[in-house]
Amino acid sequence: MSTLRSEVATSGRYDVGVIRADFPFFDTGVAYLDSANTSQRPRQVVEAMEEYFTQYNSNIHRAVYRTSMQATERYDATRRKVREFINARSVKEVIFTRNVTESINLVAYTWGRQNVGEGDLIVLTVMEHHSNIVPWQILAQEKGARLAYVDIDDQGELRLDQFHDLLEQRPKLVAFAQVSNTLGTITPYRELTAAARAAGAVVLIDGAQGVQHVGVDVQEVGCDFYGFTGHKILGPTGVGVLYGRRELLEAMPPFLGGGDMIKAVFLDHTDYAGLPEKFEAGTPAIAEVIGLGAAIDYLQGVGVDAIRAHELDLTEYAVEALSEIDGLRMFGPPALRRAGVLSFDIEGIHPHDIATIVDRHNVCIRAGHNCAMPLMHRLDVAATARASFFLYNTKEEIDRLLVGLHDAKRIFS
Amino acid sequence: MALDDQFYREYILDHYKNPRNFGRLEAADISHEEYNPLCGDMVGMDFRMLDGVIQDVRFHGRGCAISQASASLMTERLKGMRVEDARKISKEDVLGELGIEISPARLKCALLSLKVLKVGAYGLAHEEDED
Repeated sequence: MSTLRSEVATSGRYDVGVIRADFPFFDTGVAYLDSANTSQRPRQVVEAMEEYFTQYNSNIHRAVYRTSMQATERYDATRRKVREFINARSVKEVIFTRNVTESINLVAYTWGRQNVGEGDLIVLTVMEHHSNIVPWQILAQEKGARLAYVDIDDQGELRLDQFHDLLEQRPKLVAFAQVSNTLGTITPYRELTAAARAAGAVVLIDGAQGVQHVGVDVQEVGCDFYGFTGHKILGPTGVGVLYGRRELLEAMPPFLGGGDMIKAVFLDHTDYAGLPEKFEAGTPAIAEVIGLGAAIDYLQGVGVDAIRAHELDLTEYAVEALSEIDGLRMFGPPALRRAGVLSFDIEGIHPHDIATIVDRHNVCIRAGHNCAMPLMHRLDVAATARASFFLYNTKEEIDRLLVGLHDAKRIFS
Repeated sequence: MALDDQFYREYILDHYKNPRNFGRLEAADISHEEYNPLCGDMVGMDFRMLDGVIQDVRFHGRGCAISQASASLMTERLKGMRVEDARKISKEDVLGELGIEISPARLKCALLSLKVLKVGAYGLAHEEDED
């Protein structure tokens, strides 16, 4: 498919220049250190979507003409790629959503409403993204259920003692991020899942920051639900994935009603379609799903292990480089136990000002609460600045960040 | 970087590092805080009023140089002002006083203190965003 597969994957050498050549965005000269927010897209993804729009644009699952069958085939091909990518047992366990936010809401509004009742316990962690907190708060308010949050220690790692104490209260659901979007912490998701399942809980993992950096094998991990989002893994916006264990998905009521999710509709009732269509009402984001397929091809062409090794190298380099800035404080665990996400602040300079000044040097970083306000309160900061790395980033981009940070120090001195 | 120097002008940095009228007022007649939902930044103001005149005002909060300098400048302007005149302070006035080019992403920072004034001191209902 791509030149990359031949040049990077088969040579066994990680050549970031070859990878960057596939990303037209880098022609802008901007240093992009915000991939935890949204990633750049390789031309293979853009071309796959363009091919759909220009060569076989049509709806799926409805028409009998060959163009539509081609669209359907390409759409379904992505589902097979996702199944393989996360090692689900069946394509019936792969549901397309808009993003991981919708994936989690789908579970809360269907499985949650059906299975969580008054007084039941839902266990989350204090470092979740808002999308893995708010849907559960809504559910808990509706049902009179309880929420409990596992705290972190000073290194930004989960307090496992608290986690195990909470499991003794037999929670209905345990939901946590595979990788923290702010601290980069790679949680011990395998151990957490095994312990929670042994305690009788259903386990949902938010893989938004995980699937592209550490990968997942949902059968090996044993989670009940796993969500990820296309635009953070080189794919387009508007498409995400929910993996669910088949037994659970089959027992769950539908989320949205409409076309495509039905077997037969009568005036007084409807027989629903089987999996996965039951959860995919209406015309989906066809081009985006096809683009996601190309993104997964690309990621697998490079290999998640190779990406992880590259990011680890960048993270170690960045930790050392940023350490030389006076008054700069980094949050989170040592590089080995974190994905390529580096949150920091600088004494006397607000993260917004840091980001504005480094932007003047053509470097993009995130500044703010990172959609994790409870974690900001826990860290006792209003906001952090955050640099994040992906397969296409270079040490030169980190050097440019450093120049911007020195400039911020100078301006605010 | 000349651009940065222009953006972070000396008096903005001065108001950020040495905020005027910073702190809380005992026995304030009006106290109000507003948050920037995008970043969690906060500005709060306490007012002491007499016969429709702002006798004293202090602000507190945390945030970026733009939001805090804007609040500091605002308190200087408000002290001794009649409420009916304060009511006329516009978005353009605030931006003009800052005197720098504010990008769309930073407008909410610059206008946070105006929101405190409008919602708190005038008792206006929460309305939609200034921009």
